Amino acid sequence: MPEPILRKKAIVVEEIFHEGGPAVEKPLRRAAAIAVIKNPFASQYVENIEGFMDDLKPLGVEMAGDLLKALGGDASVVEGYGKGAIVGSAGEVEHGALWHVPGGYSMREILPASNAIVPSTKKLGGPGTRLDVPITHCNASYVRSHFDAMEIGINDAPKADEILLVLVMTTGARIHARVGGLKASDVKGEDGLR
Amino acid sequence: MISTIRKFVTAVEETRLEMGQVVSPASRRVMSAAIIENPFAGRFAADLEALMTIGAELGELLTRRGVEALEVDPAAIQSFGKAAAVGENGELEHAAAILHPRLGAPMRDVLGGGKALVPSSKKMSAPGQSIDVPLGHKNAAYVRSHFDAMELSCPDAPQPNEIVVAIALATGGRPLPRIGGLTHETAQGDDGLR
Repeated sequence: MPEPILRKKAIVVEEIFHEGGPAVEKPLRRAAAIAVIKNPFASQYVENIEGFMDDLKPLGVEMAGDLLKALGGDASVVEGYGKGAIVGSAGEVEHGALWHVPGGYSMREILPASNAIVPSTKKLGGPGTRLDVPITHCNASYVRSHFDAMEIGINDAPKADEILLVLVMTTGARIHARVGGLKASDVKGEDGLR
Repeated sequence: MISTIRKFVTAVEETRLEMGQVVSPASRRVMSAAIIENPFAGRFAADLEALMTIGAELGELLTRRGVEALEVDPAAIQSFGKAAAVGENGELEHAAAILHPRLGAPMRDVLGGGKALVPSSKKMSAPGQSIDVPLGHKNAAYVRSHFDAMELSCPDAPQPNEIVVAIALATGGRPLPRIGGLTHETAQGDDGLR
């Protein structure tokens, strides 16, 4: 299986102080690590693609490390995560699905309490396509205050024979979370759900 | 009717070919969306009860409309997802109030079950911007073949005082799943995860 060929990387950090309501003491941070790689399966139907998941693992680990660094380096501040992929027009959506295992694994590897499934989304798109990366609490999917999403995109990617890969981490709840439900402080953290 | 609905948008996709391969049975999915007035546009309201009630109403209505558009028995739906895009005079929390407290239960009632968390995304949005609605298996979140997403955009929505509320449903997984992992057939579906 081919090694991923990287064209560019990007890190985006949002720091949110308020959204029309009372300003908070500790701003919410949402960070995304993006990598644009060549799609080794572009323009052809390749039946056996599963092996590329292993090839993507080192890149995933690198991106998760970059994200953590962008958030200050302390894994304990990370409370939410998500992942996604945009496949260039000469690929198929299944090529984006290759990111599920390595993308999820790389973040769960470095985050101490990460029993929850990493929510995800994927699609085909041309350069500049935006993707809404869903976000949930790292240790309990049903924590209502942490359901969120971050829109990402790069103006010149993905080209037809590329895949844009993304990982997202956040440091807390939505800035004015107030719709009840399971709180992060009440999480049992055993089954990844509650 | 509690919601003030300006318009419905319903899109059915049927994929018959992917990367030159015949998809059999054809992959069928629906996006069922409503564009509603945001009762809290332009002001900060601490209590978002009105939006939670709207969420319950739309959970039933949009799911029913989606199943009807697919022309299938509700039990034939294998995966689901939800999302909301809030116009600029609103707040991200308005999306959360519609989606999380009460939308899922009536959605599951229409489908005759659904043990898994309904995957979701949300964002602040200008008219015409796209929103990606994640899709996941309705009884077992880890079914790898069913991780997917549908993109919605309405050229004229959301206006500043509006919210786009969308649910997505599919009768199967991605067109050509071949990256291993849990499948519809091998999932137990007891705990919502596997």
